[in-house]
Amino acid sequence: MSFPLLTATAVVPAVGAVATAAVPAARRAAAKWLALGFSLATLVLAAVQLVRFDPDAAGPFQLTESHAWIKDFGVRYELGVDGIAVVLIALTALLIPFVMLAGWHDADPLEGSSPNRRWRPTQGFFALILMVEAMVVISFEATDVFLFYLFFEAMLIPMYFLIGGFGDRAGERSEEETAAQRSYAAVKFLLYNLAGGLIMMAAVIGLYAVTADQLGTGTFSLQEIVQARVDGRLELPPVTERALFLGFFFAFAVKAPLWPLHTWLPNAMGEATAPVAVLITAVVDKVGTFAMLRFCLQLFPGASKWATPVIVALALVSIVYGALLAVGQRDIKRLVAYASISHFGFIVLGIFAMTTQGQGGATLYMVNHGISTAALMLVAGFLISRRGSRLIADYGGVQKVAPVLAGTFLVGGLATLSLPGLAPFVSEFLVLVGTFSRYPAAGIIATVGIVLAALYVLVLYQRTMTGPVTEGVRGMPDLRVRELVVVAPLIALLLFLGVYPKPLTEIIDPAVGHTMSQVEKSDPKPDVPVNEAEAAK
Amino acid sequence: MENLIGLLVAAPLLGAAVLLCGGRRLDRSGPWVGTLLAAVSFGLGVVLFADMLGRSGEDRTLTTTVFSWVPVGGFRADVGFQLDQLSMTFVLLITGVGTLIHLYSVGYMEHDERRRRFFGYLNLFLAAMLLLVVADNYLLLYVGWEGVGLASYLLIGFWQHKPSAATAAKKAFLVNRVGDMGLSVAIMLMFTTFGTFAFGPVLDGAEAAGEGKLTAIGLMLLLAACGKSAQVPLQSWLGDAMEGPTPVSALIHAATMVTAGVYLITRSGAVFDAAPTAQAAVVTVGAVTLLFGAIVGCAKDDIKKALAGSTMSQIGYMILAAGLGPVGYVFAIMHLVTHGFFKAGLFLGAGSVMHGMNDEVDMRRYGGLRKYMPVTFVTFGLGYLAIIGFPGLSGFFSKDKIIEAAFAKGGTEGWILGGAALLGAGITAFYMTRVMIMTFFGEPRWQPTASDSGSAAGSGAPHPHESPKTMTVPMVILAFGSVFAGGLFSINDTFLKWLEPVTGHAHGNPPVSALTVTAATMVVLVLGVALAWARYGRRPVPVTAPRGSGLTRAARRDLFQDDFNHVVLVRGGEHLTRSLVYVDHTLVDGVVNGTAASVGGLSGRMRRLQNGYARSYAVSMFGGAALLIAATLLMRAV
Repeated sequence: MSFPLLTATAVVPAVGAVATAAVPAARRAAAKWLALGFSLATLVLAAVQLVRFDPDAAGPFQLTESHAWIKDFGVRYELGVDGIAVVLIALTALLIPFVMLAGWHDADPLEGSSPNRRWRPTQGFFALILMVEAMVVISFEATDVFLFYLFFEAMLIPMYFLIGGFGDRAGERSEEETAAQRSYAAVKFLLYNLAGGLIMMAAVIGLYAVTADQLGTGTFSLQEIVQARVDGRLELPPVTERALFLGFFFAFAVKAPLWPLHTWLPNAMGEATAPVAVLITAVVDKVGTFAMLRFCLQLFPGASKWATPVIVALALVSIVYGALLAVGQRDIKRLVAYASISHFGFIVLGIFAMTTQGQGGATLYMVNHGISTAALMLVAGFLISRRGSRLIADYGGVQKVAPVLAGTFLVGGLATLSLPGLAPFVSEFLVLVGTFSRYPAAGIIATVGIVLAALYVLVLYQRTMTGPVTEGVRGMPDLRVRELVVVAPLIALLLFLGVYPKPLTEIIDPAVGHTMSQVEKSDPKPDVPVNEAEAAK
Repeated sequence: MENLIGLLVAAPLLGAAVLLCGGRRLDRSGPWVGTLLAAVSFGLGVVLFADMLGRSGEDRTLTTTVFSWVPVGGFRADVGFQLDQLSMTFVLLITGVGTLIHLYSVGYMEHDERRRRFFGYLNLFLAAMLLLVVADNYLLLYVGWEGVGLASYLLIGFWQHKPSAATAAKKAFLVNRVGDMGLSVAIMLMFTTFGTFAFGPVLDGAEAAGEGKLTAIGLMLLLAACGKSAQVPLQSWLGDAMEGPTPVSALIHAATMVTAGVYLITRSGAVFDAAPTAQAAVVTVGAVTLLFGAIVGCAKDDIKKALAGSTMSQIGYMILAAGLGPVGYVFAIMHLVTHGFFKAGLFLGAGSVMHGMNDEVDMRRYGGLRKYMPVTFVTFGLGYLAIIGFPGLSGFFSKDKIIEAAFAKGGTEGWILGGAALLGAGITAFYMTRVMIMTFFGEPRWQPTASDSGSAAGSGAPHPHESPKTMTVPMVILAFGSVFAGGLFSINDTFLKWLEPVTGHAHGNPPVSALTVTAATMVVLVLGVALAWARYGRRPVPVTAPRGSGLTRAARRDLFQDDFNHVVLVRGGEHLTRSLVYVDHTLVDGVVNGTAASVGGLSGRMRRLQNGYARSYAVSMFGGAALLIAATLLMRAV
């Protein structure tokens, strides 16, 4: 038996979480380094996955592992990655060390207080991050629906504690007030996602019942179900298929989040520390859009096509609505949260445009959005930690006192507005083109998003960074070395993937082709056939 | 040779990277590093030009594919270059004028502590602009297109501590983004129509697409051109863009970037030639803008804003010419090049005047400067004669041809367009004479400035003086171009023969003889000059602007288009976002929480999250459902 690489990629951070949590209270610094070490080890394993993955290999999944687990219910421990999953695992493993470094002091004991011997939130913070990483990774790897569901839900627990337990240093607000708002945000996050999860659970059980009914033995295996459908052994009546699809989709739409199920995100991202906000939007939420591609489209192709008009409409609302709401925000972090809602609209739009460009672009979008939001949000976090306020109005003229901070913030912002030359442009344009070729009107409406994105990014930059230096900003230190170590690689990556995204598109492309064939869709052909031969050259 | 094209772009890009990431060590040498790399790029341009001249007209085009950029399914975007005579013309203009303006900036920005960054941005601009003109497909062109927009944003807002500069920069980027939407949709249309957006297949096969598609593509390209080239209705940003340092106004907002729209339309000639409706839209935009800009230019007291109005107007001429099809392409580009010389020269002259006048921009506070700044006076004067179309100077040749071509359009349309172009020439003579007189003639009206720039020289009465050599040398060189370029281009139709293999050319047949057109142009020119002299030369210019006629006041306010934008877009947008924030907080959040509470049986904890008004839930649920159904129906209908 070969080395179980996929299991290892999930187990290493899990072990790291336990080890970090076990570090004695007084050795806080050691706990941080230990956690960072485990996250780097996970990154190495993710890199090995990328190298070992063969984009051109036949078959939907690679590096597969399969073991019987709960035999009575046909639950199997089945892992496997396609080009989409392997790229998203790499993104996750890449972002976690930056998240940790950026939040290096977020869970330190307050200055001046002398924590007692049992005070150990520092260990908890880093252990929880590793725990989330482990669960996200296994969610990307699971090809058994039950196994996926288990970790999809379980990751809510560490996330709940990360949001509720750690926030920005109070600044001008009282400690009680911030704690109350944090707890509100954490509960809201939990309830929204639990509600989605409960409905999904019903659908998971329903899926089992249908397979048990039609195939003789019930199964949760994605590959088995897909195969049975292709062979004609499994035929879901349209009503059943649609009901099951909706059950799955609802949970993913809460996680993604799609309008109108988005309202938990601004609260959660606003109250959590910037690194945790990145964890939410750049890592955890991606499981939602990823699962639409892997489970909704492949398990229920008929229902997916049936629901497409509504979902495309919702995605368009998300794009425009999220961007308009971002323009109206007074809080930096909430602004980024609404911008993310707009971006998730693009991702969902690309998925349900059902074209190669749309779905390939959506997958690339998940990666690029992860990197660009991390860059923008982490710099915003550095800014907020200097002034102790999230309000845009409390800043002004930062550019004058901290030019490097302002410069990196601008690059993060330009990536967010999809400036050509930076990575997000490629994915956004692919989504637009992919949508336009199937639904021209939807493509044009979504294009309005690029103007609105410029508006919220530049207004934010103007109000915080330019103009005369305001009182609270005077004397603000520029980025420190640790902060530069976080931001510089992210910016380098944004530039590199903007100029040369081919290494990723080569991996993603075949997987998207496979998904497209599952839903029996092919790209619309150009109108002028004369040029086809020439274009193919 | 092909590999040199990449280097052409890479040299200034390297400069930008080094200067922006280099840190304080480069503060002293930075300006010269930036200037050197611009010069390297110009040198490469000249080498490529010499090589191109060595080949016959038909196979002067160089193409090269560097690497595959975005390959996804049937979607293929390459990083590839195409250098033909049209691109070459731009390369020489961009790098030539660019290098001169770098040199000028060494002197102009001498006392700015952030000058290293300034040169980094200038180099970034050069790289993006060069990419724009040598790209071999529309998507790569788009990268350059937004790249110049970014550089423009950074440079307009270079003095960011001034809120007005930061606002102007943001406005420029946003208005340009509206235009970029057009380019974006145009590329998507090309992809769905042709399966590609490379110049070759799209332009060669354009006719097969049918007029409907081509009209749509053409109109979208025009929208893009309107944004970048400050044409009506997306012109509002250019006046505000004068907040940037003057060398920026000269290079980006006069000579090169703002002419990118003309490049786009000329490059896409095959699309427009087969879409008469789109062409009609192009000439309309051109004619309206050339009058709009000229009228605005008449009323401005800020020397840079007066010149900005003029830029808008002159680009209107170019757009008009480009919209005329093969009759006009060559003249559009010819006017673009001569305008590049004289307008850059005029802006540098204006910068030189400001340099000697404590950064004063109000022409009512100038006067009599010819004695104190002889070199500036002479070079500015030659630029002035060129722009009004004084016989024998550059502008005479290029503008005359455009007016002639406009008449040649034929029918009522031809008379309207030709008339507009002729009238524009008269107004041009008026406002430029006004600028000339108010600045260099008459009695000195200098005022002590309450300048808050903080420099020691910033207070007290100005002591006008000639600018240093690094500034005057570029002005002299540009003045040479303003005088001779048009004539050189016209001898033996050199410029026409040079460009014809790319753009094609057709001789127009104006309803009146060419000589009559020239004579009419001369008449309006003299009228314009005489009127300006009567108003500003014969009597003293008041230091505070008189109230003026209704038209003057309207023109001062940019014919109210900014007020319209402010009321409709800015205010309207603010109300919209504010009410949406409210809706999101109370309604959407409330509905979802409420539904979850009643359906999911999670009421115990959920109840804390709702506002408790059952009726508002009912109403908003109904509203949400209606919205959803409407959206679905819309999607179905599409």
